[in-house]
Amino acid sequence: MASKRKYKGIDQLSTRDKVVVGLMVIVPTLIVVWLVWLPAISTVLLSFTNWDGIGPLSGIKPVGLQNYRDIATIYPPFWPAIQHNLIWLAALFLVATPLGMLFAVLVDRGVAGTRFYQTSIYLPVVLSLALIGFIWQLIYSRDQGLLNAITGGTTDWYGDPNVNLWAVLVAASWRHAGYIMLLYLAGLKGVDPSLREAAKIDGASETTTFFRVVFPVMRPINIIVVVVTFIESLRAFDIVWVINKGRNGLELISALVTQNVVGEASRIGFGSALATIMLLISSVLVVIYLRIAMKED
Amino acid sequence: MTRPSNEAEYLARMVPPSVRGVDRRTLLRGAFGVGALLGAGGLAACSSGSTSSTGDGDGAVTGTVTVGSNQSDPVPKAAVQSYMDAFQKANAGTTVKINTVDHNSFQENINNYLQGSPDDVFTWFAGYRMQFFAEKGLVGDISDVWKNITGMSDALKKASTGADGKQYFVPITNYPWAVFYRKSVFKEKGYQVPKTLDELNTLGAQMKKDGLDPIAFGDKDGWPAMGTFDQINLRVNGYDFHVSLMAGKEDWTDPKVKKVFDTWAGILPLHQADSLGRTWQEAAQSLQQKKSGMYVLGSFLAQQFTKGAEQDDLDFFGFPEIDSTIGTDAVEAPIDGYMMSAKPKNEGAAKKLLQYISQPEAQLLALKADPSVIATNSTADTSGYTALQKKSAEFVKSAKSITQFMDRDTRPDFASTVMIPAIQSFIKNPKDIDGLCTSIQAQKKSIFGS
Amino acid sequence: MTDLAVKTRPQRAPREGGPSSGRRWLLPVMLTLISLIWLFPLLLALVNSFRDYAYTAKNGYISWGGFTLDNYTNAWAAGDFGLHFMNSVIITVPAVILTLFLSCCVAFVVARFSFKFNLALLGFFLAANLLPPQALLIPVYRMFRAIEVPLWVSDSGTLLNSFVGLILVNMAFQIGFCAFVLSNYMKALPRELYESAVIDGASVTRQFFQITLPLCRPAIAALAVLQVTWIYNEFFWATVLLQQGDKFPVTSSINNLRGQFFTDNNLVAAGSVIIAVPTLVIFFVLQRHFVAGLTLGATKG
Repeated sequence: MASKRKYKGIDQLSTRDKVVVGLMVIVPTLIVVWLVWLPAISTVLLSFTNWDGIGPLSGIKPVGLQNYRDIATIYPPFWPAIQHNLIWLAALFLVATPLGMLFAVLVDRGVAGTRFYQTSIYLPVVLSLALIGFIWQLIYSRDQGLLNAITGGTTDWYGDPNVNLWAVLVAASWRHAGYIMLLYLAGLKGVDPSLREAAKIDGASETTTFFRVVFPVMRPINIIVVVVTFIESLRAFDIVWVINKGRNGLELISALVTQNVVGEASRIGFGSALATIMLLISSVLVVIYLRIAMKED
Repeated sequence: MTRPSNEAEYLARMVPPSVRGVDRRTLLRGAFGVGALLGAGGLAACSSGSTSSTGDGDGAVTGTVTVGSNQSDPVPKAAVQSYMDAFQKANAGTTVKINTVDHNSFQENINNYLQGSPDDVFTWFAGYRMQFFAEKGLVGDISDVWKNITGMSDALKKASTGADGKQYFVPITNYPWAVFYRKSVFKEKGYQVPKTLDELNTLGAQMKKDGLDPIAFGDKDGWPAMGTFDQINLRVNGYDFHVSLMAGKEDWTDPKVKKVFDTWAGILPLHQADSLGRTWQEAAQSLQQKKSGMYVLGSFLAQQFTKGAEQDDLDFFGFPEIDSTIGTDAVEAPIDGYMMSAKPKNEGAAKKLLQYISQPEAQLLALKADPSVIATNSTADTSGYTALQKKSAEFVKSAKSITQFMDRDTRPDFASTVMIPAIQSFIKNPKDIDGLCTSIQAQKKSIFGS
Repeated sequence: MTDLAVKTRPQRAPREGGPSSGRRWLLPVMLTLISLIWLFPLLLALVNSFRDYAYTAKNGYISWGGFTLDNYTNAWAAGDFGLHFMNSVIITVPAVILTLFLSCCVAFVVARFSFKFNLALLGFFLAANLLPPQALLIPVYRMFRAIEVPLWVSDSGTLLNSFVGLILVNMAFQIGFCAFVLSNYMKALPRELYESAVIDGASVTRQFFQITLPLCRPAIAALAVLQVTWIYNEFFWATVLLQQGDKFPVTSSINNLRGQFFTDNNLVAAGSVIIAVPTLVIFFVLQRHFVAGLTLGATKG
């Protein structure tokens, strides 16, 4: 009998299987270690220097915590950036992600024309940055944009730091909803239809079916969606970069890192310090996620 | 006999020793490279061996020389091709291989480019950034090319010289920053070109009454406003202080600097409102649509206007005098040109190419792509120039001192990560100048080290 | 009761006629409205990409007229799209396929077995995805510059300025996310599926290819679309790790349409639309895998 106890049996592995499993884990891990973690460690180490990216590694001078001190005290965009990332998180979490989930549920019903709906909502996700920039420039430009032309106002959507973050969040939600819809829809398609049928037979309405039957079963997917939302808010970058490189009210941590590292600026040490701060914040997220996942098992 | 370590070396080996006539080391030095040599395989092996150490610009040069170009949009790209073609014609046996990278990427990755496998010759700008690369040993010394260059003013030579007194740069074109306006608008409303700050204020008030925005302004991208800062600083404190400030030798909390911001705050009401959401192109369009009266910008502004009557309607005047003891003889005129990488594969041909670029023939071909800039060689035939170009050439020639623009005159990390946000916050809040200067000074100290 | 009878029809069948139970039209109308709102910004840009820049500069964008196809023909030629599309294909296709395959491998192991290192591995991959890639540009640049490879792998002799290097980097960055997502989807598969396979004597490889992968089709399809989009639209790695203009992927050809100073925005828009087409095609092609449900019923009875 291959299975004495239900779960131990199916986990017994032959030697060949062990090799296969080993490879399946080791190859991807090695690639990620080599190209993500090693550079990440270098980044953390570089954050204690003021290197400018040029010259031999032996010429790098350590400066201790100076970069961090500077970031916290004399670097004007930093604290606004943290604030903006938090606002971004709240907006995505409270508006864009639920919207995406709602769209997935609606589209999942399979009404005629579903492909058109899916495509329309998902479209913003596939567009290149240049196009996204152009699109929203057409809408938000103070002098020539659609919004001001229609409302007759002169709001400086991009230039007024009190308004521009919200304007950009609209553009970001436009994209984010489609992204979440995609992930959630794939999950919904994986839900056993018999579960839904059983609920129907019991006389449950659509909403009750969803919240009492489907939603709980989708738990792993729900977790993905929450984690993705956190990731997207921490790493939010594209849209603000293409608008004004993340300045004047649109500061975000990723944009600050990029401003310092990419381009002629080349403040590698300083930029690495900013990136290390991001790494610290994300490790907090990872720990929280692992705690939740551990509770499950 | 060891295995050839790369394709070029392999090909080089196919040339019989009698033809080669050079020793293995120079051969390897010349052969070490990327596919550029494939096109002229064996020939390259000969030439790189013979020209590498002498760098003699007069001798016949052959082989392939690679050029890294940031002129990526079609018209400038074609112009570059045309003068490279002309060079090839004049130097039979030499091929030029152009590696075009789009403008933004080229500039943003210049550090990585120079430390990777750069082309023999590449486009760049004069200014601090050029000197910085020279100091770091990333670009080649071309003082011997300069010995044979004629027609370049002293100011241009100075702008091509590194901190160690050697030349590293060859100018091709430049363009001035000034205050642009439309002749038709000035004529129609009877405006006069202002010569002093007071006159500028009066003119501005008059323009406002007439329903125009006196000074167009668009600083969404952060850099255009640097031009205005430079102009005011040059007029308030003079060339020497400006250069010193850019070099990080002055304190930003110095009253002189505060005076610049104060003066600017004084004329800020004349500028278009909400400038931080407006691109410079949109601001230029407001000038084009006769909604604003003047614009402090570089002469590339002309590119925004349609050729013909509209471009001819464009005119400029130098930024008005603020301090009569300083006058208006300093001009901001960024210079574009070419440099040689530190270890070119074909040094002889590279130097010959650089010399060619300094000559009017190449420069006039370059101007075909962009009639808003002017040639740097003073012997260039200006008969084909538009009125604007002629005036620009005269304007730059008569300048006693030339600056390059803030983001080329100072450290780029200071310019982009400190000055851009600082100037933007000034525009938002012109009242807190003390706080602004203190913040800039603190950051400047952390970057420059003092 | 007739309402209920209508609603108990299986999920995937399209709603046929039936009694007008009041709110049946609400859903399609709502969805249509949402779709149109979502499409509107893109349509705006699309319309303007067919307009001449000189016209819109003079009259602003809120006007009508100046239509032309020139932007598209010029964009294709000026951006040298043919060459750069080829480069994008060379980079994107292997990267996506390898990323998905390797992520499935890791996700499978983590979901299927209860090894002690599972959570650590997941956390490891998840954290790898949280870093901004920009922070790692310079270390990877330096590393690649130092690693020498044979010429048939890269014509520059090092991993720098090579497609292989770029593919590897993209893979490394995406594997983290995909592994994380896929492991969650795979965990949702019931263990009973594997039981029957093990009883039949299936090896791990068989289980992987014949059970897990087919059942994760929607998730893999969804991720494939996302991966193609991200790797295809990726920009920074390409410009840092490639040094020759003619190796750049199509995202940089957009920049070829921008001048040093003057940018014809409508031309750039036309170029961007052209660039967006492949990702759309992939989306359409893979869409049926979303629409198709699963056949989880295979485990029952």
